Amino acid sequence: MSTFPWLTVAGVIPLAGAVVIAAVPSAGAAGDAAQRGRDKLVKRVALVVSLITLAVTIAMALRFSPGGPDFQFTQTDQWIPQFGVHYAVGVDGIALVLILMTTVLMPVVVLASWNDAEGGSGPAGEKPPRRSVKTYFALLLVLETMMIGVFAATDVFLFYVFFEAMLVPMYFMIGSYGVGQRQYAAVKFLLYSLLGGLLMLVAVIALYVYSARGGHQGTFLFSQLTHLSLSPVTQRWLFLGFFVAFAIKAPLWPFHTWLPDAATAAQPGAAVLLVGVLDKVGTFGLIRYCLELFPSASHYFTPLIIALAVIGILYGAIVAIGQRDLKRLIAYTSVSHMGLITLGIFAMTSEGQTGATLYMVNHGFATGALFLLAGFMITRRRSQLIADYGGVQKVAPVLAGLFLIAGLAGLALPGLSTFVSEFLVLVGTFTRYEVPAILATVGIILAAIYILWMYQRTMTGPVRDKIVGMPDLNARELWAVGPLIALIIVLGVYPQPVLNIINPAVHQTLVQVHATDPVPPHPATALHQNGGAR
Amino acid sequence: MTGSVAASRAPSAAVMTTLQAVGVQRAAWLLLAFPLAGAVILLFGGKRTNGWGHLLGVAMPVAAFGYGVVAFAAMLGYPASQRGRDLTMFRWIDVGQFHVNLGLQLDPLSISFVLLVTGVGSLIHIFAVGYMADDPERRRFFGYMNLFLAAMLLLVLADNYLALYAGWEGVGLASYLLIGFWQYKPAAATAAKKAFIANRVGDAGLSLAIMLMFATFGTVSFTGVFHAAHTASQPEVTALGLLLLLGACGKSAQLPLQSWLLDAMEGPTPVSALIHAATMVTAGVYLIVRSSPIFNLSTDARLAVTIVGAATLLFGAIIGCAKDDIKKALAGSTMSQIGYMMLAAGLGPAGYVFAIAHLLAHGFFKAGLFLGAGSVKHEMNDEVDMRRFGGLRKIMPVTFVTFLFGYLAIIGVPPFSGFFTKDGIIEVAFDKGGTSGFILGCAALLGAGITAFYMTRVMFMTFAGQRRWEDDAHPHEAPAVMTVPMVLLAVGSLGAGAFLILGSRFGDFLAPVTGTAPPSKGLFTVPGLAALVLVVIGVGIAWAMYGRREIPVTAPAGGFVTVAARKDLYGDAINESVLMRPGQWLTRLSVYADNRGVDGIVNTLAATMGGTSGRLRRMQTGFVRSYALSMFVGAVLLVGALLLVKL
Repeated sequence: MSTFPWLTVAGVIPLAGAVVIAAVPSAGAAGDAAQRGRDKLVKRVALVVSLITLAVTIAMALRFSPGGPDFQFTQTDQWIPQFGVHYAVGVDGIALVLILMTTVLMPVVVLASWNDAEGGSGPAGEKPPRRSVKTYFALLLVLETMMIGVFAATDVFLFYVFFEAMLVPMYFMIGSYGVGQRQYAAVKFLLYSLLGGLLMLVAVIALYVYSARGGHQGTFLFSQLTHLSLSPVTQRWLFLGFFVAFAIKAPLWPFHTWLPDAATAAQPGAAVLLVGVLDKVGTFGLIRYCLELFPSASHYFTPLIIALAVIGILYGAIVAIGQRDLKRLIAYTSVSHMGLITLGIFAMTSEGQTGATLYMVNHGFATGALFLLAGFMITRRRSQLIADYGGVQKVAPVLAGLFLIAGLAGLALPGLSTFVSEFLVLVGTFTRYEVPAILATVGIILAAIYILWMYQRTMTGPVRDKIVGMPDLNARELWAVGPLIALIIVLGVYPQPVLNIINPAVHQTLVQVHATDPVPPHPATALHQNGGAR
Repeated sequence: MTGSVAASRAPSAAVMTTLQAVGVQRAAWLLLAFPLAGAVILLFGGKRTNGWGHLLGVAMPVAAFGYGVVAFAAMLGYPASQRGRDLTMFRWIDVGQFHVNLGLQLDPLSISFVLLVTGVGSLIHIFAVGYMADDPERRRFFGYMNLFLAAMLLLVLADNYLALYAGWEGVGLASYLLIGFWQYKPAAATAAKKAFIANRVGDAGLSLAIMLMFATFGTVSFTGVFHAAHTASQPEVTALGLLLLLGACGKSAQLPLQSWLLDAMEGPTPVSALIHAATMVTAGVYLIVRSSPIFNLSTDARLAVTIVGAATLLFGAIIGCAKDDIKKALAGSTMSQIGYMMLAAGLGPAGYVFAIAHLLAHGFFKAGLFLGAGSVKHEMNDEVDMRRFGGLRKIMPVTFVTFLFGYLAIIGVPPFSGFFTKDGIIEVAFDKGGTSGFILGCAALLGAGITAFYMTRVMFMTFAGQRRWEDDAHPHEAPAVMTVPMVLLAVGSLGAGAFLILGSRFGDFLAPVTGTAPPSKGLFTVPGLAALVLVVIGVGIAWAMYGRREIPVTAPAGGFVTVAARKDLYGDAINESVLMRPGQWLTRLSVYADNRGVDGIVNTLAATMGGTSGRLRRMQTGFVRSYALSMFVGAVLLVGALLLVKL
């Protein structure tokens, strides 16, 4: 194993980029033209930095050996020795694919947000407040560092720090740069997250306390905390501390109401990061911390969480059908999808958890593409209301075509990446919990309704007045969303490389929670297992 | 793997084993690659492919058909027991115990579909070159059509249920895109969405069936499931059968998921011919015949299939009687004919062969009828109301004669194909015996009579009598690019039935997949003769009502049954009151509750924590401060707690 600190480097690059951007002086008295030049420079720096980060993480992923140690690219240094706090990072397959998803989304978001800081997609007539372009892009890059850190941390305290610090840039991106009721949405987002964070903090400290029992040096290291023996009751309380934080983050029904407001108020690019990456921190936390640290409590709470997940799947979908605002609709579909991911995690089967992890990645790309394309449309028409659209396909066929592909990924059409993950979640759930799986399958019908009805209302029919002359996607927008569409298709046809990375990590998690896959009652002979002749 | 190993394990000798594909059959992936390449080039190539797009769009299915013939010839070279061949393309999903290859299975059943789909598909593509000549989006049309072929071929060639499902939903997508091809028409966009959603209900059933298979047998491959099926309990196989039937009902527009097919006629006519008559809508029949090792084990599931089939064959036929829109009359007929196929498929080994034979024969004559209808519509300024046709016999002689061939085939006049395939189904239904056999047989007989009535009605209203069209229509015969495919399909309508059924040629061919069917009792049986009598009566009534009298341009009010049939026997009304209205209610209620209930509590909480809600407006600086404060409080708590622990 190489000793090159891959994760630290990947995390520091965007932070350094943010510092460089912050150091670009404002043009000040030199005038608007000069300021525009500076802003352009800032955007280019942000794009280049995010691309370098992507390159580094790809190089790292290529060196990852799926059959190797559980955590790779590990690095452990003392941070606050008095309290046993370490700067400890490392990734298993689950964290690795989520980091890759983050670094893929970042340049896409930078490119898509090119003009968002200067006015972006606000409704017609809304006076954009004074906004600094360089702050926006610096915040984006800082956020990238935090997101890499939160997935890479293997010290629970370090994880908590990233988990909370992540809020800061997103808070300002919504509150200062958003549209509509942005401040209300930002505060709501913050209060929700802080509430969860505080509960988690209590649990984190308690873990430390328990690890210090019997005269040991207390620790926050994940690798040591998994060996902690806790009484069942203690486990349950600590589990709840983590769970509520993650359930708010994900968000799981009924903790979801901040998300539609935040996603609607955020610029499309910020919404992609919010729904695509920040939400995944919640589900990632469930699988990494709730399950592995508190195995018996996880089993104890499984029925409750499965019930919440199934309600969320159906509820999110039904409420999505009734939305009139494009971004709000997409946000509610995410509530439904996050329910599916949680269902897969708590089914406690290989198929369910691998499917859930793959779903986290696929959902990031698919919903990301959908948000961006909706954003491109909103930027043109200056309205988020579905009723203001109609006939877009006629004037902007490329936009409509890509929107349809992203939408079909939202309803998990086979051939697109989300199908693989959704089916794995459903089949993995079915082998253990038939009724929840059947209810969740009803969700695929609802998904068809909310996606296709949205498509029908926006893209088909006669061309509406203010849609006439709407330009199709420009080159920048195509470069932003094209890679996501390509990934959606490629990972739908050939998901195995990603599955190979996830499989061992999920296996490890299942061992840790003492779960084994159900055995089929009437197995086919091995000869017939794999489809056709050998 | 050798055949003997499997045979010794499985008590049912009917379960086929497969061998590795060798020789020319190793290139079976070409069947998917040709149309898929066409679709990708035409859809992603954009406007620059406009000039030659339709040529590529035709070349790809023709190439696939060419390869299909070669693969078929290779199959005929093998002994019957070795005709099942498998080709694994690559490992698709491999997680835990869930292993799925993207693999193709060439066997007598799948090759029959390959030849139908690519053969009839090629003819319809050629027809569409002429039919769509004036459409500025013709290139996109061919892209979608090629996409459909690729998905349909995956559906019939897949060697496992998950890959089949991919094709299954893929054809649903293509159907959606093509029904809504003229999507600037709101009716087309609505019909497309309706078709997809109704299909999704069925798809949910199929996907649950696949989950149940994996949970029961630990595999979703055909060979794995079929060889293990006999070890499963009776409730398990029955549940599997019913879930598969739900899937079949969605795709094949069978009760209770029938309502989308009539609206699907909003699509261009070649689409109606290819997807909504000859191929895609028959996929449900394929699914059931393919899953015969499961259905063979459950009499309950088979009974459900026959009931659905018999009910739909009458339902569709009655609708067909009342429609003045020529395409909708034919759509009702398609529903009804697939009902026949489902009925046959539910009758078990005796019926499988007739189900597939009728499916193939129907592929020819119904595609021919639709192309004929398209040809008429094309010449009549897109008019589809048969009350505005009349007397076209002399003006469009080729269309008339080819349509006549399809007509004779569907009503089952010897020696046209329907006589052999449909009468076979009626006969097998009576052979089932008992009360259920008698009821099913009578339903099928009655259906034959109604079919004769409504098809004769279509013939008279369209081709006979006086001209009733507006003065601005100037109909004349379609160009050769359209008539040649129609002529070829007419030849198929004449010959397909006799070719397949006489000498039990097709039964022997399919036997490795469906098991050996009992020998047919001969050409003219009692049920067959009864069917002919009913056909004569149906034709006679239609002649009395539409041939003898002048047809009014506006439809008469009609009795209760006519009005009901015009409204698709209230299928939509039922869906609306049972599903849509309550669904809308539930949606509105949920949205309201989400805004007021869940969110209301939270807002109150937030207002208490962050000050009054009025303060939220002054938060420009306040919200920064509140954050800093919260962080500070958190940090103090943390440090305090740590110190406490240390001390």
